[in-house]
Parts: sequence; structure tokens; C-alpha cells
Amino acid sequence: MILNAVDTMKRYSAFSLLKNALTYHENWQKVWRNPTPKKDYDVIIVGGGGHGLATAYYLAKVHGITNVAVVEKGYLGGGNTARNTTIIRSNYLWDEAAQLYELSLKLWEGLSQELNYNVMFSQRGVLNLGHNLQDMRDIERRVNANRLNGIDGEVVTPERIKEIAPLINISRNSRYPILGASWQPRGGTARHDAVAWGYARGADALGVDMIQQTEVTGIRRKDGAVVGVETTNGFIGARKVACVTAGSSGLVAAMAGIRLPVESRPLQAMVSEPVKPCLDTVVMSNAVHGYVSQSDKGDLVIGAGVDSYNGYGQRGSFNVIEHTVQAICELFPAFSRLQMNRQWGGIVDTCPDACPIISKTSVGGLYFNCGWGTGGFKATPGSGFVFADTVANDRPHPLAAAFNIDRFNTGALIDEHGAAGVAH
Amino acid sequence: MLLIYCPHCQEHREEEEFSYGGEAHITRPVAPESLTDAEWGDYLFFRKNPRGLHHEMWYHGVGCRRYFNATRNTLTYEILETYLVGTQPQITGAGV
Repeated sequence: MILNAVDTMKRYSAFSLLKNALTYHENWQKVWRNPTPKKDYDVIIVGGGGHGLATAYYLAKVHGITNVAVVEKGYLGGGNTARNTTIIRSNYLWDEAAQLYELSLKLWEGLSQELNYNVMFSQRGVLNLGHNLQDMRDIERRVNANRLNGIDGEVVTPERIKEIAPLINISRNSRYPILGASWQPRGGTARHDAVAWGYARGADALGVDMIQQTEVTGIRRKDGAVVGVETTNGFIGARKVACVTAGSSGLVAAMAGIRLPVESRPLQAMVSEPVKPCLDTVVMSNAVHGYVSQSDKGDLVIGAGVDSYNGYGQRGSFNVIEHTVQAICELFPAFSRLQMNRQWGGIVDTCPDACPIISKTSVGGLYFNCGWGTGGFKATPGSGFVFADTVANDRPHPLAAAFNIDRFNTGALIDEHGAAGVAH
Repeated sequence: MLLIYCPHCQEHREEEEFSYGGEAHITRPVAPESLTDAEWGDYLFFRKNPRGLHHEMWYHGVGCRRYFNATRNTLTYEILETYLVGTQPQITGAGV
């Protein structure tokens, strides 16, 4: 899917780089404006993370709705967008989820060109390891399902895994012996900040206002429909309010008097000291709660499991991270020599079926895009694309229909715990 | 690492001995077949998710293997009390 690049802003190019080099890079344009909020908007997007910014971009770009504000309590892309492990893949089991994540992956493939912003999308492949016979049965089932959905994937042997990631320990005598893996070559990583910034820049150029340092404190309704949001900087009117607030979704929903089947929990990650290139792919292990890749800067980016209990403290439990480090050191004995530079946590909104909610609500003009849980980053473009369509047309995008909030009453759940990649 | 006081064992133990059991004080419907889809879905899937005080179940799997309830602050993780299933919390208050 190729959309025309944004016209009104100054484009980044080799020529502009050269031109700005002549003035010591002191005259680069602002990436986006810092506007004063208008009195009212057609659409207010609550939450300026990747998904919210992507929603704003596609509302303006695809649907021509440019009277839009993104209201963010902190700064753009400062929540889970800044905290995830940047893994991108689409190898989900069920048709509904696979199609949504595959749409996203296809958008990733053209995103840097689309946004005229280098999101550093790197298709270095993703390995999902299997450690016992049941893991391998699940992997074969999932890879077969993926291929039926036109998604690349193959089941690979330990010897092939060793070729892809030479530092890995495939000994049969290890604590978590590796019996095989699923391999999605089109998967990979991207630069998390750049995704938020690229979408923000693109949306801003189309007229969307980025309202930062402004927290939504209430959702004003009249006759069963939204009329705007109360914020720490006063009331802002809106015909439609689209909430993309991840771990805070339950709190925002409560402002409108509705309940969500999400629970907020910390998910942790950490990075090591930077080292020379040693791992040019992404290795994930669902069973032992660890996933690792190496950033372009050289640090190993390691993700842990989610805390077992609800929490809003952006840190996480010691025992969770201890298990992850044990698993990573077992899989990659050489990594035991590395020091960890930083560790952090983000609050993820987990759904009972490990799938998101992209939905209208019982309140007119109020929409929610949440419940992405532990795996929302990979879906950023697709999530924004289908949510923008849902908001613009006041009906679910065909790929979002299955992710309606009603599924928790009808029972039509989409159980992706197996492919979500993180044990819940 | 949380130190959790098990009211059965009457000891503080490390959190790894326990598993989380989710929101406390949920009553199983007496006649599930008479519920609407909305009520049944609500019972199965919709949970309180407060930023602040939360009454929740814990299971002491490595100890007495019994459930009990706790009142915990989900922002600071402070456990304000633990109490037996079937009793009511002493500390209550709205989530923040």
C-alpha cells in the first residue's frame, strides 16, 4: 500500500542533509508545531503513543479528517512506545489476528518511504524457539496456519537455528533444550522512537495538533454521546473521542462510565552494555520468558515476562527479571559476561484472550483501541490504519470487526496466548 | 520482591511462594443458565483494574496451599492487609 508522502513539510533527503550541513545543522525545521488547543475538534485522540499518532496520521491522510488533536499527558511516544523491545512479526495463529498483524507488517515494509522518515525497519527475521514436544507441535500448527494465511514462516531444526544465530546453545543437555523453532524471515525490528516521531511529523504536516503535557481528566457526555474532554488545560470540545491509552485504558474508560475487560500489569525490559555485532536476528522463547535482539547501537535488548499481578508502578518484579536473565544466559552462555545498563517497565493492558480491543462503545462517538497487552508495538501501523477507518466511518473496519468489545459477551474470543510471545 | 503475610501460616514469605488469583469478592452466579450474555461475560472477564487500592486473591502454593485475600495498592505495591476468604477487608477506599 503506497500513499503519497506528505507534501507540505520540508522533506528529508540527501540534498537537505547536505544543505543543512553547510550551516552546521543549526537550521533544521521543527519536526512538529506546538500549538495552542482549538476550542473544538472533529476528533480528539487521547494518548500520543505510536498507536494514537498512527491513528491521527491515517485519519488525516486516508480519510481527509484533519481537524484532529492528539492529547497526551506526557510527551509523544513516552509511554510503552519508548519501553518495548521493538520486535515486529505477524506469525499469529488465528485468521483474525494474523490478518491484522500482517496488514501491519505490510505497512511497516513501506513505512520509511511513506513517512519520509527513517524508522529503521530491519527485516532480520524472528525465531520463536520450542523446548519440548508440545512446543514443537504448537509451532508446527502455527506455522501451517500462517502459511495458509499467506504469511511467511517455516519450522527450522536446531542446526539451522545455530546457523542463523551462532552464539546460541543447542546442546541437548541444556536446561531448556532447543528442539526447533518457527522462523519468520520478514519479521524484525524497528526504531521505536522514530515510529512515533515519524507519524507525529506526518500528522502535524497534515494539520493535526499535538497537544502535549495535557492530561485528560474527564470525558464530557450529553444525551449518551461525547461532546469533548476535560483536561488539565481546560475543556476541549470534540464530536468524536478515540482513546488509545494502553495501560491507562481502564482509568479513561471509567471517566466515560464504561468498563473494559483489561488488567494493567508491568512488563519489563532491559538493555546491556553495547558490544560488537553478535546477533543479527530476533530470538524469542515463549516457554522460558525471554526474547533478545541487538540494536544498531550494539546493546542487547532483552524483554521479560509480564508480572503476574496488577500494577501501575512502571518497574516490575525482581523475580520476573531474574527468570528472564537465567533463561537468556542459558540460551546464550556468552551473554553471561555482559553487564546490563538499564532496566525499566511499562504498563501493559492485558486482555483475557491476549488480543486487542478495537471498538465502538456504548457511548456515541467514543472509541477504544486498547488491550494490546504485551505485543502492541509490532501492530502500530495496522492498528492506526484500522482504528482511523473505524473512527472515520463510525463502524468497524473489516479487519477490526472481530476485535469488538462485544466478543467478551458473545464468547467469540480470539485466543492468541500461544502466539503472543509472552506468558501472561 | 514483595513480602506477603499469609494469614493461614501467619508468616511473612517471599512473593515467589505465592500466585496471584485476581480480583477478590467475586461471587459465582447461583444460576448461571439464567444469566444474560452480558451478565455472564461480566462475571467471566470484566475485572476491576484500579490505580490504587485493590482487593485481590493470593494462593500460597509453596506453603499452606490455601487462598486468602489481600488489600494492595497497585501503584506503590504496598500490601495494607491480608485477610481470610469469607471475611471483609478492614481497609477500603476508591481506586485513584
